[in-house]
Amino acid sequence: MPKDEGIGASSKRREDLRFLTGKGKYTDDINLQGQAYAYFIRSDVAHGTINSIDTSAAEKMPGVEKVFTAADFEGVGGVPCGWQVTDRFGEVMQEPKHPVLAEGKVRHVGDPIAVVVADSLSEARDAAEAVEIDITELEPVLNMKDALKDGATKVHDDLTSNLCYDWGFVEENRDAVDAAIKGAHHVTTLELKNNRLVANPMEPRVAVAEFDSSTDDYTLYTTSQNPHVIRLLMGAFVLGIPEHKLRVVAPDVGGGFGAKIYHYAEEAFCTFAAKAVGRPVKWTSSRSEAFMSDAHGRDHVTKIELAMDKDGQFLALRTDTHANMGAYLSTFAPSIPTWLHGTLMAGNYKTPLIYVNVKAVFTNTVPVDAYRGAGRPEATFQLERVVDKAAREMGIDPIELRRRNFITEFPYATPVAVEYDTGDYHATMDKLLEMSDHAGFEKRAAESKKNGKLRGFGIAHYIEACGIAPSNLVGQLGARAGLYESATVRVNATGSISVMTGSHSHGQGHETSFAQVVADMIGVDEAQIDIIHGDTGRGPMGMGTYGSRSIAVGGSAMVRATEKIINKAKKIAAHLMEASEGDIELKDGAFTVAGTDKSVAWGDVTLAAYVPHNYPLEDIEPGLEETAFYDPANFTYPSGAYGCEVEVDPETGKVTVLAFSAADDFGNIINPMIVEGQVHGGLAQGIGQALVENCAYDENGQLLSGSYMDYTMPRADDLPMFNVDHSSITPCTHNPLGVKGCGEAGAIGSPPALVSAVVDALQRAGHTDVTHIDMPLTPDRVWAAMKS
Amino acid sequence: MTKVTLTVNGKTVSRSVEGRTLLSSLLRDDLHMTGTHIGCDTSQCGACVVHVNGEAVKSCTMFAAEADGAEVKTIEGMANADGSLSVIQAAFKEHHGLQCGFCTPGMVMSAAALLKDNPKPSEAEIRAYLEGNLCRCTGYHNIVKAIMAASGQDVPAVAAE
Repeated sequence: MPKDEGIGASSKRREDLRFLTGKGKYTDDINLQGQAYAYFIRSDVAHGTINSIDTSAAEKMPGVEKVFTAADFEGVGGVPCGWQVTDRFGEVMQEPKHPVLAEGKVRHVGDPIAVVVADSLSEARDAAEAVEIDITELEPVLNMKDALKDGATKVHDDLTSNLCYDWGFVEENRDAVDAAIKGAHHVTTLELKNNRLVANPMEPRVAVAEFDSSTDDYTLYTTSQNPHVIRLLMGAFVLGIPEHKLRVVAPDVGGGFGAKIYHYAEEAFCTFAAKAVGRPVKWTSSRSEAFMSDAHGRDHVTKIELAMDKDGQFLALRTDTHANMGAYLSTFAPSIPTWLHGTLMAGNYKTPLIYVNVKAVFTNTVPVDAYRGAGRPEATFQLERVVDKAAREMGIDPIELRRRNFITEFPYATPVAVEYDTGDYHATMDKLLEMSDHAGFEKRAAESKKNGKLRGFGIAHYIEACGIAPSNLVGQLGARAGLYESATVRVNATGSISVMTGSHSHGQGHETSFAQVVADMIGVDEAQIDIIHGDTGRGPMGMGTYGSRSIAVGGSAMVRATEKIINKAKKIAAHLMEASEGDIELKDGAFTVAGTDKSVAWGDVTLAAYVPHNYPLEDIEPGLEETAFYDPANFTYPSGAYGCEVEVDPETGKVTVLAFSAADDFGNIINPMIVEGQVHGGLAQGIGQALVENCAYDENGQLLSGSYMDYTMPRADDLPMFNVDHSSITPCTHNPLGVKGCGEAGAIGSPPALVSAVVDALQRAGHTDVTHIDMPLTPDRVWAAMKS
Repeated sequence: MTKVTLTVNGKTVSRSVEGRTLLSSLLRDDLHMTGTHIGCDTSQCGACVVHVNGEAVKSCTMFAAEADGAEVKTIEGMANADGSLSVIQAAFKEHHGLQCGFCTPGMVMSAAALLKDNPKPSEAEIRAYLEGNLCRCTGYHNIVKAIMAASGQDVPAVAAE
């Protein structure tokens, strides 16, 4: 029986009322008294030397406050990177400076060179036309393998090469893996690309900053998934503003998907300029600017080898990846192809020996960082594709091959340094086969054939590491921050509750689901609880939302703080009822004394805490407010089986996704409606990657896909209704809610299922030489594969 | 500067605008009605859809001056007179047809225009109609469901599929 309220209920979202009536408050909706507008002049070449910048004519244009260049930022820090990877030789990565505005060189199309600040945006834009910039174009560095050749042009002259790092994991296993592959019964090899993507949250980035010269206080309103992290990075590393003088607010944020984690130059610029010009400064990204300034995602080139014995048991796995960093290191960039990728290469399988090599390369392209899934989609894609290919080569059904190698005993320590706490991969596979009517596939395929179409079914089983992350572990791995989360639970005198969480909601519905948890624990109505987030001025230091961490880490912090509240409230209740604290029970919002009919309501206890006339002041303080910081003991490991059924038109190569089924194990579920919505969105992004999306540069480093005219976003008519299930539940063993996180799964599991489905359709039609097609599977690529 | 007079959500307003001012910026910047959103600069995303004389229009494709004398309806004018959510808005909430909310105003305005012309659209007709409205959060699944529900057609309960 579904619940109406609390944990497990599909509570309707309280956020929706403001969003459905036009009352949402996004950053671009904020206009400060007297604000000026910033317009960024960006490089139109991929690589070049700046000879001169002449701003004199522009400075005289109507409405212009000031034109800023790198010269104005002398003594200001660069945009920092939050993760230092150590390479396989024990050396730290090469880390170039990332100036707020280009110093001497431009390194990608979109690199900011100068900024006009003026009374209006149109005046700023007009004046930008009058800024004269002389650039000598240099050869662009684009192809990652060429970039690593001796004598290659360098993106950064002060680095020794274009190699950021050469990472090996687990380095001690390198020789053993080589030997196992050499001696194996069969080795399946696959070379593939994980296409470069642009996150494209529908709300472009915006920054509005103000400075109060009477108090030295700065306030930055920004489109961020983690305002406290921006305060830390920008305050400490770029502008030198102490935390107590810098408030960062991320109000309603229109989607993030990773692209709004990072600290960007535009945020630092507006904050800096607000003081320099003595009035608030606002910048709103156009979509075209977003394509050339938001961090991109993926862009890996990989060779993977899977060694098996004669029965298809996996013996060893070796993978070799070139990962594109772009021109500068974005906030989390170095961690994505390494610790969020290499550690997932075991997948759901008992492969005893694994070696992962990753070469991260600088190129004259937009920086690349986490995009929904972040490293885990890249790991899952190559692993599931090679398993699919291996099944064909071994003559074993791909489902059977997976089942033979599934991990079945938990906890399970993988050879790539992580320990899975729980899971039941056969259960999710069983569920998938049932919900996708796998048994009826042949009949449907025959029907398609009659209609002149090729039908195929593809499967993928994924695992991901979420609930990011244990601070002591990530510290050893190079993180320059902790990854705990915080919550303050403030119970008001009348019993209503304000929860300040360090997690940030930008579509995930935390204001609803977080309230469900606290309501359930205390036994009050959800309506009595408000969730407050996104403002460093209101809540304790928090690390924000990414890596499917909000409920697993942020939710756990909130549970811990609520437990403290309940413990204190029980003491007060015991005093009020003249009973022993140990006998007090809290149920449905009332405190009772076990074995008696004595009872005191929640509101009476909270009132006593703030009006402590009859109160144990000698034992406890008045008031009812508690804070908790929660640092997870381990990652969480959601997993699931995904199945995709496609039809290919043999005349045109067009792929139609007929059905997509997802059987996930997310552990316990707080709000099933929200969880399903998260999976739907992830699936659309994964299917988008596999079918239509691609960020492309030409041979000169010009961004070809720089707008919605040429970067294909999945539209409603590209997608089917999704069939999703989360009834296979193995609760997480190490957090108080038993939750695992669900935000990224859809984007992680779906691309290999779709590609395998198309390969299956082609194989069934006799194209037995087609073992892989690189994403996106556009009609021309599929048609070419059929004709090859 | 050109003087434009138009009706927005039933109220007559007048403003002086530059020739290059778009209807979307008249609404957002001059009238401070920030429910209409700007998600792109190529008229692809549909976050800025409003109704002009009863027809769905991407307000970034129209100059403010062209709206002189027009009746414009925006997301702020979609709720019932008593402030309660209209059938379409309520269906989006009931079926979780929105997440971050940024594309939502355009989706609701497009859905209303669709149902005016086609009161019982099929799933395929809804998907085809939404060609010009991008959503990055929902995968469109629950938007399609919400529109079907708003048109009085049966849809499965959200969390029981």
